[in-house]
Amino acid sequence: MTHGKGLEERLERQGISRRDFMKFCTALTATMGLSSSFVTKVAHALANAPRPPVVWLAMAECTGCAESALRISYPWIDELLLDIISMDYHETIMAPSGAAAEKSLHDCMTKNAGKFILIVDGSIPTAQNGAYGTVGGKTMLQIIKEVVPKALATICIGTCASYGGLPAAAPNPTEAKSVSEVTGLKTLNIPGCPPNPINLVGTIVNYLMFGKLPALDDKGRPLFAYGKTIHDQCPRRAHFENGEFVTDFNSEEARKGFCLYQVGCKGPETYNNCPEVKFNDGTSWPIQAGHPCIGCSEPGFWDKFTPFYKSS
Amino acid sequence: MARVVIDPITRIEGHLKIEVEVTNGKVVNAWSSSTLFRGIEIMLQGRDPRDAYLFTQRACGVCTYIHGLASIRSVDMAVGANVPDNARIIRNLLHGSQYLHDHIVHFYHLHALDWVDIVSALKADPKKTADLATAVSPNSPKAGVNDFKAVQARIKKFVDSGQLGPFANGYWGHPAYKLSPEANLMAVSHYLEALRQQARTARMMAIFGGKNPHVQSLVVGGVTCATDLNPARIAEFKYIWKETMDFVNNVYLPDVVAVAGFYKPWGKIGGNRNFLAYGDFPQTAKEPDSFLMPRGAIFNRKITAIEAVDVAQITEQIKHSWYEGDPKGFNPATGETKPKYDKYDPESRYSWMKAPRYKNEPMEVGPLARVLIAYGKGQPETKKLVDAVLKKLAIPADALFSTLGRVAARAIETKVIGDAMEGWMNQLVGNIKKGDLNICADWQMPAEGMGAGLNDVPRGALGHWISIKDQKIANYQMVVPSTWNIGPRDAADKMGPLEQALIGTPVADPKRPVEILRTIHSFDPCIACGVHVIDRNTNEVYESKVLY
Repeated sequence: MTHGKGLEERLERQGISRRDFMKFCTALTATMGLSSSFVTKVAHALANAPRPPVVWLAMAECTGCAESALRISYPWIDELLLDIISMDYHETIMAPSGAAAEKSLHDCMTKNAGKFILIVDGSIPTAQNGAYGTVGGKTMLQIIKEVVPKALATICIGTCASYGGLPAAAPNPTEAKSVSEVTGLKTLNIPGCPPNPINLVGTIVNYLMFGKLPALDDKGRPLFAYGKTIHDQCPRRAHFENGEFVTDFNSEEARKGFCLYQVGCKGPETYNNCPEVKFNDGTSWPIQAGHPCIGCSEPGFWDKFTPFYKSS
Repeated sequence: MARVVIDPITRIEGHLKIEVEVTNGKVVNAWSSSTLFRGIEIMLQGRDPRDAYLFTQRACGVCTYIHGLASIRSVDMAVGANVPDNARIIRNLLHGSQYLHDHIVHFYHLHALDWVDIVSALKADPKKTADLATAVSPNSPKAGVNDFKAVQARIKKFVDSGQLGPFANGYWGHPAYKLSPEANLMAVSHYLEALRQQARTARMMAIFGGKNPHVQSLVVGGVTCATDLNPARIAEFKYIWKETMDFVNNVYLPDVVAVAGFYKPWGKIGGNRNFLAYGDFPQTAKEPDSFLMPRGAIFNRKITAIEAVDVAQITEQIKHSWYEGDPKGFNPATGETKPKYDKYDPESRYSWMKAPRYKNEPMEVGPLARVLIAYGKGQPETKKLVDAVLKKLAIPADALFSTLGRVAARAIETKVIGDAMEGWMNQLVGNIKKGDLNICADWQMPAEGMGAGLNDVPRGALGHWISIKDQKIANYQMVVPSTWNIGPRDAADKMGPLEQALIGTPVADPKRPVEILRTIHSFDPCIACGVHVIDRNTNEVYESKVLY
């Protein structure tokens, strides 16, 4: 493989060994559903590709998706920001505010018209012509309609941008809608509340390596991450088959890690790779923490799955 | 007069716009406007009270967990659940993890660039930087000459690439930046190191919370993480805690003191007079008496006369907010949220935030309020640290009432709370050793009930109020820290704490208002905002141009 000049050498200078780097690439390759022969190609794509310009717009959101992205490790977020992509606009981390911040957005869109990747979190309030959400004096509705068509591709991060999410929960007080509903354009969706950052990085690596975005399901989700249900990958699945259920969170059944279906688990209806990759560098995921899955990456979340603690 | 409008305010959570008037180089008037409304309180009506925490936690993904905790506590109270000791401890450990994570990220990633000039770091001498870093903190990690050479080379390469990403269009070279090139290089190095540390620190919350952001292990009556109450998991938690505290002790606290040394005039800028803390971290079932960070109110900076808090004296006023109803508002237990947007008008209505008041007075909440109240009540850990920091900086105690005081208080309480967590871990181990594995109470949903969850979270006093009818949510109100701090004028036209704190802030160049950002960010606002500056002499309005 080609290496030595790119990210890998820079990582080594930062105290990240080649072994650590390859460990990440292996995990990422598995996440993307590629065979192990692709590991070196993933490493190559990460290490040698030019830094594609990225704009991240925050709409009606909670910043949980941006915070989740900050938790990526191997590569660490500083590597992602300094060495892999060029994050030209991101309100949570960027140095400038106000007019200077808007100059950053304008510069990126002018220099890279049709070439930048747009990432959006949050849904778009549409009631009263969008008055419920403004940035720099413009409604979010105006902003999204102007910026989305200029991007090479739009990645919706989180369930809000993908499908409406929390702001769109009944009675949807601000008539919040997804990016796709507002623009009529197709988006790549990485839903979750928030999603696992490894799925965002997997998508970007796919783009760097193959020059295109990954294969999607009919809801715009990358198949490498959202191809199977939680239920089908769940380590508690055997308890479901054996009829061993938790009905009380303070019980012997809970301590034994039995199936959470009867306390409302939405794993059978939810497509995501949480059981395989877990969150925070493989530390845990909700079912491991004894709580039912709430279906946070599905269209129609929240209303489709509430009340949460009732088995469907 | 210059009118300066900053919109969007970046390096905060959410959408905020700030407008100020500047006369003779100082801010003379200010308006704080929150520009996003989502309506979570409205969507909770009619839902199952058990679900509320999952909704409200999404009020904020930066201060994740805490709206979940506030909600669960309000429902615990409404249904009369007696939370078991293990659940109390795990909730505290999750909350402590949030403080450690949140305050580190705030200082380095949301605030530091107002004080630290990245470009100046290119001029630093790595050898002198290593000497400085070791003088500032004898146990500072990665403080060798080669470490700083590598960071400097990395920045140079990044700058030379021409793709400056998030650092493009910063106010680099602004005369208000006072750090030496070496101090800038040290700080930039720690900015990068903290990016990694925060990802590691977040794993603490995931151990008992399932994931971070947005934990999923709370339930009414307790927690769900039954299979994580084992030695391996607790040891894993302790390992990351220790690594994080090493960072707090050897990097974060020394950096705050070192940076503050260059900015002592900011000990006289940005102060408020009244402070409120609900207090938090119950160390036994007895609340609020057993709180690590105590409850109290301070009026007119009298820290020797801490008042008890009467929650009935809280109102949320809406004269200058985009809501319908009585301008003097209501107590949150009986509050209402009826949005009615017309237009942005500083003379009339100009924010989606309401204006919370205690005894009709604006109150600053957050790290400074908590530290002042703990200090005033003589809490030994806080007193020792505050006195040490004042002594090291050779500044008087009243310098605490300032932008600088707010930054220092945040670092001080990070250590106070972080240190206390070791005791909580030991309590948990003790309980398990005795065979106590209870994590959730038995309770029944009543037909009717009322509950209030009072918390003190990284950004300040947080209250959730719930009323239940027919086993469903009849009304739900949240009064959040940033509303206390960042909210607009009240029914008597008194400014909110941030607006008040901005008065007198020097502004050298209205087109590059980095000084204003310092005070705004010192509150760690949790909403997206914008600032407007007006020049009284030219009447020129430096509106942020919308360039999409």
